[in-house]
Amino acid sequence: MQQLIYFFQKFKYFLFFLLLQLIALTLIFNNLNFQNSKYVNSANALTGSLYSKVSDISNYFSLKATNTQLIEENTLLRNFLNQKENTSITVGSIVIDTVKYYQKYTYTSAKIINNSYSKAFNFLTINKGTIAGLSKEMAVVNGKGIIGFTDNLSPNYGRIQSILNKNTKINARLKNGYFGTLQWNGLDYNTVQLIDIPRQAPVKIGDTIETGGKSAIFPEGILIGKVIEINNDNAVDNIINVKLFNDMSVIGPVYVIKNLQKVEIKRLENSGNE
Amino acid sequence: MNKTVYFGLLFVFLVFLQVFVLNNILFLGYINPYLYIAFVFLYPLKKNRFSFLLLSFALGLSIDFFSDSGGIHAFSLVTISYLRLFFIRVFFNKFEVDYPFFKLNLESFGKKFNYIVTLTVLHHFLLFSFANFSFENISHVILNTLYSSAFTLILYFLSIYIFSKKQ
Repeated sequence: MQQLIYFFQKFKYFLFFLLLQLIALTLIFNNLNFQNSKYVNSANALTGSLYSKVSDISNYFSLKATNTQLIEENTLLRNFLNQKENTSITVGSIVIDTVKYYQKYTYTSAKIINNSYSKAFNFLTINKGTIAGLSKEMAVVNGKGIIGFTDNLSPNYGRIQSILNKNTKINARLKNGYFGTLQWNGLDYNTVQLIDIPRQAPVKIGDTIETGGKSAIFPEGILIGKVIEINNDNAVDNIINVKLFNDMSVIGPVYVIKNLQKVEIKRLENSGNE
Repeated sequence: MNKTVYFGLLFVFLVFLQVFVLNNILFLGYINPYLYIAFVFLYPLKKNRFSFLLLSFALGLSIDFFSDSGGIHAFSLVTISYLRLFFIRVFFNKFEVDYPFFKLNLESFGKKFNYIVTLTVLHHFLLFSFANFSFENISHVILNTLYSSAFTLILYFLSIYIFSKKQ
């Protein structure tokens, strides 16, 4: 017993050091695990409110760019609207909206208050949380393309796992329908990698990549980027480098997309496992 | 000023400086100074190390909270805080009896430089290894360690030079 007390006396600082390191390591491992990352994140009340105050100031410097981006997106949407009108006129049938009403996604606007893109595991913070109806695993996009999905939420703030995170894997496809998985190797924040595209798929430099809609998170056909490099060697992994349409270092307003049928899809997918 | 109040203010100042100013520099896209480790150099040596280790852990964890990094800042800061006494013995040849009289800015520049560079590089290497969390981009980690350490060191020596009292 005395030996034991003596041991603790002698190594008390080292043991305390080990305890602190153990706590830190647990937090590191938990943070990389999507299911357990609830303790240390910037979506809590204190860090969230501080970040939103700072971003209120810094937003003024990017007002011009944000306005241009919004105008571009509005133009795109107005063009879509016109196309829709044209087609419905040519068909010439009467559409009763209340019968055909069928909404699958709802959009909520939010603002990025903390951005990061230089690390291997990047997270963003937005100024909306569970009070605004958000929950885990909702898509986050802006006018130019995808940004990530929600990960951890407090009542007023939310943390987003960026596409620039080595743990993020997103179903993506070429315009011609061949689909693969989008991930990031942690190097350049403008370039992500598309893997598992079949060899016979005709890929050319400049082709557009969009979301494939084969997950319950992202709607179909949201823009991602364009192909800039194709691995033509006989390598095992058929890697295609994709340049993002978004400049991830400057993003302000975003949309969070809620899939109204997600619960139904999940239930159906899980029912086979029982 | 009272020592406790001084270090309390230093703690808060370093967190805010790191989170709201230095984390946004990203020189050339990824090079950042991590000046908050100055806390380890400035905190006085004491025989009882519990409070110091705990404060280092809290400082690292506060930065982790803001930068969504789990516990990597806490881990690397606590490591250099624990190893500080070992390096003081190696570089300055000081032992427990000398702690109350030890002042870093009274030591010769060469020894001070060695001590600070060693701890900074060690901290940055641990930080970037854990931030990367794989052996995949190890060259990236080493380059980032070197560049960011240089940046941190320049900033540290400049700020010490500016804020030190004229003799």
